[in-house]
Amino acid sequence: MASTPAIRLRGLTKKFGPVTAVDGVDLDIAAGEFFSMLGPSGSGKTTVLRMIAGFEAPTSGHVELFGKDVTGDAPFDRDVNTVFQDYALFPHMSVIDNVAYGLRVRGVNAKDRLAQAEDALALVRLEGYGERNPSQLSGGQRQRVALARALVVEPKVLLLDEPLGALDLKLREQMQVELKDIQRRLGITFIFVTHDQEEALTLSDRIAVFNEGGIVQLGTAEEIYRNPQTPFVANFVGTSAVFTADEAKSILGSKGACSVRPEHIDIVRGKAPAGTITAKGIVFDTIFLGASTRVIVDLDGDKRVAVLEQNDLSRTPSHRGDTVTVAIHPQFLSPLS
Amino acid sequence: MRINRLSKTLLWAVSAVVLSFIYVPILVVVANSFSTSSTLTWPPPGFTTEWWTRALTNEGALAAISTSIIVALASTAIALLLGTVLSFALQRFEFFGKSTVNLLVVLPIALPGIVTGIALNNAFKTIMGVQLGWATIIVAHATFCVVTVFNNVFARLKRVGTSLDEASSDLGAGIWTTFRLVTFPQIRSALFAGGLLSFALSFDEIIVTTFTAGSGVQTLPIFILDNMFRPNQAPIVAVIAVVMILIAIVPIYIAQRLTTSDQR
Repeated sequence: MASTPAIRLRGLTKKFGPVTAVDGVDLDIAAGEFFSMLGPSGSGKTTVLRMIAGFEAPTSGHVELFGKDVTGDAPFDRDVNTVFQDYALFPHMSVIDNVAYGLRVRGVNAKDRLAQAEDALALVRLEGYGERNPSQLSGGQRQRVALARALVVEPKVLLLDEPLGALDLKLREQMQVELKDIQRRLGITFIFVTHDQEEALTLSDRIAVFNEGGIVQLGTAEEIYRNPQTPFVANFVGTSAVFTADEAKSILGSKGACSVRPEHIDIVRGKAPAGTITAKGIVFDTIFLGASTRVIVDLDGDKRVAVLEQNDLSRTPSHRGDTVTVAIHPQFLSPLS
Repeated sequence: MRINRLSKTLLWAVSAVVLSFIYVPILVVVANSFSTSSTLTWPPPGFTTEWWTRALTNEGALAAISTSIIVALASTAIALLLGTVLSFALQRFEFFGKSTVNLLVVLPIALPGIVTGIALNNAFKTIMGVQLGWATIIVAHATFCVVTVFNNVFARLKRVGTSLDEASSDLGAGIWTTFRLVTFPQIRSALFAGGLLSFALSFDEIIVTTFTAGSGVQTLPIFILDNMFRPNQAPIVAVIAVVMILIAIVPIYIAQRLTTSDQR
């Protein structure tokens, strides 16, 4: 990377007693990037975030912020701010006092800080909510207050710890759009922790997939979805049929372990298109999903795969027990390392 | 839960009997303080406010009241300080022997007062060679008052968690600013409740006080015990008992209101 990264992590390790939560993470995050850390719970992503914020001291390794080593600095000496999973709004303060808090502790006078806090509330579309108490707000509104409170002090990097986890689906989708929009307008670096692969794919410029304390794959949403490098990524980010080297050889006649997405497998009736790999199997079950149908096929050679069929008019529906042929274009077979 | 009529009546009756058993004798004491008889007889033969006048001009009684209030205030002040510091140490930090320290802090409230009393008496007199008096009572009371403050603040800190403190420090506040603006407002009512309970505990303590007061200082409970069986003093004791009830009831009532309003 040409310019100094916003965040640079080197050999970052955190042990809690005998448990290694984070194991030697190296990572560069560019300024202005919307970066997601995606992984199941216990994969170390939140611990990495807490070490960037300064809430946890790394066991070894270091954290740099725009080229400056901040490993030993307290949270209040770092130019990063956090939006917490549980929002952590101060219950004894009104919304406007919550938002103005960061300015207050920096010694900004009352008039200026209230004006800036009002602007921040406007940014998250909560004008006129300043006098309310946090307990009088809905989950989505509290989320926005937490965001405004973190943004008002103009951090260089904003850390978001599963910020949408507690919201219902509709609200979550709406907040995703707004978060992305705010990030683009302000141009600051967002580091977003989530276990929701769809959320990560939707929002991020780049994604680091975490598992067991380390980064297993790093890349753009498209790279990770198209070319998952391990069976874990293939099934944590979307779903895939994963073939071991032996299975690939006997069933697909191809070399090396690989994975393939359900939407890239076709059920063919009649002649398979030229250049495709085919295999025979029996339909185990069909699941109607609305726009598409998921067909579970047991291939000869004892391998169960999922096929995603679009429900358009030309399709003949499959039924349990049908003997079918599946076809895969070789370019959709993604090799696993 | 729905219960039938008979069970309901029975439950009412049992509750009434139990509560009467507790409160009727107290009401008798109140009545006796206005009785014309100079012994604690029932029913009172007549009404007079003579004992109230005499009690409220009795120097020994007044001195005992002020001693008790000063002791309770001082031991509560010590308890607030130490209890808060202890609860932070045991709730927010990890260190070797933490659970042992936790047990040792809470234990004094379970120890029989007589044991604490003898132990402290021995420690003050023979080991430290200190004259028994004000200071020894206050220190002795503080040993169990610390526990009530500790329990209240400890439970509050556990419930509040660390995320508010983290948010504050994330937004740029140093340790003291965070305590002043965020942590303290969160534990204020727990401190108040713990302090009131501690005051009430100290105010009516007699066993530990007996062993640590020496002969020069008399707290209110000790004054009452000393005067209870003296001729013609019984109604004055009744008056003082009523005063004690009033002083003890108010903080307990406020403390309970505070805890319930916080639990909403």
